[in-house]
Amino acid sequence: MHDKTIAQLGAGLAAGEFSSEELVRAFLDRIARHNPQLNAFITVTVESALAQARAADQRRQRGEAGPLLGVPIAHKDIFCTDGVRTSCGSRILDRFIAPYNATVVEKLNAAGAVMLGKTNMDEFAMGSSNETSFYGPVRNPWDLEAVPGGSSGGSAAAVAAWLTAGATGTDTGGSIRQPAALCGVTGIKPTYGRVSRWGMIAYASSLDQGGPMARTAEDCALLLGALAGFDPRDSTSVDRPVPDYVAALDRPLDGLKIGLPKEYFGEGLDGEVARVVESAIAEYRKLGAETVEISLPNSQLAIPAYYVIAPAECSSNLARFDGVRYGHRCENPKDLLDLYTRSRGEGFGAEVKRRILVGTFALSAGYYDAYYLKAQQIRRLISDDFRRAFERVDVIAGPTSPTVAFNLGEKVDDPITMYLSDIYTIAVNLAGLPGLSLPVGFVGQRPVGLQLIGDYFAEDRLLNVAHRYQQVTDWHQRAPAAFA
Amino acid sequence: MSLGPAEVAKIAHLARLAIHEQDAPAYARNLSAILDLVAQMNAVDTTGVAPMAHPLDMAQRLRADDVTESSQRDHFQAIAPRTEAGLYLVPKVIE
Repeated sequence: MHDKTIAQLGAGLAAGEFSSEELVRAFLDRIARHNPQLNAFITVTVESALAQARAADQRRQRGEAGPLLGVPIAHKDIFCTDGVRTSCGSRILDRFIAPYNATVVEKLNAAGAVMLGKTNMDEFAMGSSNETSFYGPVRNPWDLEAVPGGSSGGSAAAVAAWLTAGATGTDTGGSIRQPAALCGVTGIKPTYGRVSRWGMIAYASSLDQGGPMARTAEDCALLLGALAGFDPRDSTSVDRPVPDYVAALDRPLDGLKIGLPKEYFGEGLDGEVARVVESAIAEYRKLGAETVEISLPNSQLAIPAYYVIAPAECSSNLARFDGVRYGHRCENPKDLLDLYTRSRGEGFGAEVKRRILVGTFALSAGYYDAYYLKAQQIRRLISDDFRRAFERVDVIAGPTSPTVAFNLGEKVDDPITMYLSDIYTIAVNLAGLPGLSLPVGFVGQRPVGLQLIGDYFAEDRLLNVAHRYQQVTDWHQRAPAAFA
Repeated sequence: MSLGPAEVAKIAHLARLAIHEQDAPAYARNLSAILDLVAQMNAVDTTGVAPMAHPLDMAQRLRADDVTESSQRDHFQAIAPRTEAGLYLVPKVIE
């Protein structure tokens, strides 16, 4: 059962081939067997998963239906789950039991999906390799010496190793798309505001966006249909109808105009990754698409602008972790300042501290204009590049990441090199656009992802473009031998 | 821009973040490298470019000034490190 897609599992449940309880037990067995090796889950919620599965089976007996009813999923440990530890990959929240559910969690509960557990992640979603997690790194199921990418590395690895049918992730600078690429799964970062951020622990609020990760674009369409929508509790949520993403999947690609940004195929892109990406683009031409070279001239400024804006917002957001209301508190504080500084100093890891310090510096008196204001102006230029490009093309395609998964430990001591893993994904967050990564081949045994970028709220088009490719290729059906 | 351990200590104080003295040189090195990366922004003239604070240039949505939440003080304080009589306990701040 575990090797089926969400669409197939939904059909099997509807046809009575198996119950949700049987399905969930099968996945929980796989997690028990494989998670010690992968470390993809921080918390496995065995009892509540079985209770949710039985409830889903009862709902079905009463005549309810729905594509996610009884389907096992996992949540990134950044989403608050009522009564379940929500660690955000950090020591500071190691013993934090969330007192309420995130909207994303509520929505999947309402759809009848069954939560298997909470997936590992870079601490506070700050990282590109899952190595900043307090709970230790996740391993890439395709090659245990390789990182799974980050920050949603646990979700990507769990989907790739078939430990869950689908998972949620969040993406602030590439944290859904880059691990999806490195683990050979499909993941979509929706338009900013499409999926509620309520109950999703904030890193950089003007960039953060949640979204689904699964094996296929069709499964992502099913999940996104449940996740998307207006939420009055998130002041940046967009009040706009959610289209039928599944209905849009089969639209033919004849006449589709795909823009290929020349900046995404230049220096820094691994030659073998480039070849795999180019063969995927050739496949799109066979499907009837037309490709045109475009330019996103300010691309090289995305990482510099991001590493001002994201740390600035993080330094503000993470001020709430003070050892007073929840989370880690130091022993025997001598005064209030000592309580704050030591609780935070003990609770946060090195990368989170670096970003808090950069953000604090950038926002400090005398530096605001040179850093934060300048970065916001660059953000406008980057956004304008995309706006001009979408006057000429329907979607933009290129590599998701400049290399395949790197080795564990390879970049952990060099933040700058690590940051460059997100060189093709970060601009999309700055502009607030939707982006998708799908598996399109391998270099050796490590997967390569193709990134598709769409205009605002064109998630349906991105899923359609990915789905048509998956109808004529089988990369998304491959499984790492050790986990098949 | 290059930062030294003393500047790191000052920023860490502003951020209310304890940094061990022996770690300060490494943070100074990393922060300086990040600021060098960020300095690439200066290659572009942004005179007259309107800063972009939000991807959709939305206005802040307002809601009616109605009570929408009930008090859940006990529920929320159940996860607090130290409370007493409905209050959060911190070290003495007023002598």
